[in-house]
Amino acid sequence: MSKYTLEFEESLREIEEKIETVKSTGIKTGVDVTSTVQQLERKLEDKRKSIYKNLSRWDRVQLARHPRRPHSLDYIEMMCDEWMELHGDRYFGDDKAIVSGLAVIAGKSIMIIGQQKGRGTKDNMLRNFGMPRPEGYRKALRLMKLAEKFNIPIVTLIDTPGAYPGLGAEERGQAEAIAKNLKEMAIIGVPIINIVIGEGASGGALGIGVGDRLLCMENTWYSVISPEGCASILFRDATRAKDAADAMKVTSIDLLEMGIADRIIPEPEGSAHMHPKKASEMLKDVILEELAQLVTLNTDDLIENRISKFEKMGKWEEI
Amino acid sequence: MAEWFRRSADKIKTLDKRDTAEGLWIKCPRCAQVVYKRELEKNYHVCISCSHHFRINSSAYLKLLIDNDEYHGIAENVRSVDPLSFKGEKKYSDQLKAAQTKTGLNEAVRVVVGKINGQDTVVAIMDFSYIGGSMGSVVGEKISRAIDHARKRKLPLIIITSSGGARMQEGAYSLMQMAKTSAKLAQYSKDNGLYITILTDPTTGGTSASFAMLGDIILAEPNALIGFAGARVIKQTIGEDLPEGFQRAEFLVEKGFVDNIVHRRDLKRTITQIFNFFGIEKFQNSKVTEIE
Ligand SMILES: [Zn+2]
Repeated sequence: MSKYTLEFEESLREIEEKIETVKSTGIKTGVDVTSTVQQLERKLEDKRKSIYKNLSRWDRVQLARHPRRPHSLDYIEMMCDEWMELHGDRYFGDDKAIVSGLAVIAGKSIMIIGQQKGRGTKDNMLRNFGMPRPEGYRKALRLMKLAEKFNIPIVTLIDTPGAYPGLGAEERGQAEAIAKNLKEMAIIGVPIINIVIGEGASGGALGIGVGDRLLCMENTWYSVISPEGCASILFRDATRAKDAADAMKVTSIDLLEMGIADRIIPEPEGSAHMHPKKASEMLKDVILEELAQLVTLNTDDLIENRISKFEKMGKWEEI
Repeated sequence: MAEWFRRSADKIKTLDKRDTAEGLWIKCPRCAQVVYKRELEKNYHVCISCSHHFRINSSAYLKLLIDNDEYHGIAENVRSVDPLSFKGEKKYSDQLKAAQTKTGLNEAVRVVVGKINGQDTVVAIMDFSYIGGSMGSVVGEKISRAIDHARKRKLPLIIITSSGGARMQEGAYSLMQMAKTSAKLAQYSKDNGLYITILTDPTTGGTSASFAMLGDIILAEPNALIGFAGARVIKQTIGEDLPEGFQRAEFLVEKGFVDNIVHRRDLKRTITQIFNFFGIEKFQNSKVTEIE
């Protein structure tokens, strides 16, 4: 199977297939094809560079959702010296769309909370496609409070198509669970770094997304609703998701320009799914760098800065 | 009274079109009873025969709650811009203008300070008729200033919600208003402020998942639709019909997320009862309200 599955990668797939054809012709006929292959490989690289230099918003939305893109547990496994997952909200159950636990990165204790998508049908069912239920948000808060108690910094990894819109989720107070996290996270007395590693849809993402720094990996999106949801409501046409992505300005780069994201974490060429290990190293370096700054603040300043960061968010005029 | 009404209601059913066109009579969407409009107003816009609570605007709530309808506005000059130059089927800038013309309001929330049975109170009221009561930057900012004002002056805070959620036309800016208002409430709560929310029909999406659900006491109007996800989306996701009364105020009381359902007639009295119980007057100087 080709490495390339997205529409904008079509031309890459074509060149790659051509390389394969030339190679097998070479083997069959005994003709030396080395220079042709080299030429094509150079062409492939150039093409990749030009594609990734000009990604549209919709391209990035697709990369953020790429089935081979690293998810929370992939990054955790690659970044951590130690990891112990902790389960359950102590009220109802354990939500597998959110993973959380004790991580040691470069010798430092960090509480990591991440939204977890699955890979493949069975795993996706288990992870509920990364859509948390109230108990996921409550588990997250429980462990954030625990981290606060022992002065351990918190890192949250955002990657969700939204909070789960289900019967039970509503019955058990999806709105209350998210609201409470927003309120409590604002005043937790340890550094909190929020990182969008894939998709950040709506309140479901924000439910673990309040902190001192919002970092976005390069090929991610984060907004008030998915492009598809916005398209079906404001464009009255669900197929216009591409236009909705542009209209809402949903990418990491947009969020930086809007003053909502603090920093973009670059990804290796061809996106994180092409070079997961390298992507995780870049992520790890940034986490350690940001935490090193945040731990120097005293608790009162930390909380005051955090609240004033959110206070400034939004655009309005005063007449 | 009920007897009299029923008789006149029978007559109403033979009304000619002109009378309804003039808006003298309103048909109750719940029990289909046709009601004389002035009678409905006298009854707090609640259907006399079935108690259906008609949606009312911020002015009507102010009249209902604030002594002598006398209050000071807060953050009245904060206005929406179109930060993303958003254009869907319609341009956002046009939608804003149309909403202003239609409602005579400048945004989907009003914030005032006024007395409720003598108690100075900060009251924020959302208007569903203004772009579905959606929360954009201005709603977030005005709610935040309401909370700040209550915190600074040690006043109780009441927010009456009616909102379809966050305002998509402002993208991530509107999403962040959930965090902004919740952070402000965390500060207010830490300082022992008393916060009551009154959830009216409808309170959903980003509004429910932020300040609406953060009241120390959460009241709701009868049968108000309250929830996070929209019923249509849930139905699509689970592929079955939703149970009777799902996401209604009574359902939320049953599930433990709303303290009480209050008939609009009893709203002011209920608020005062809560104020009295907690002894608000001890906290603050109940002199004439100053504008911030
Ligand atoms: Zn009725």
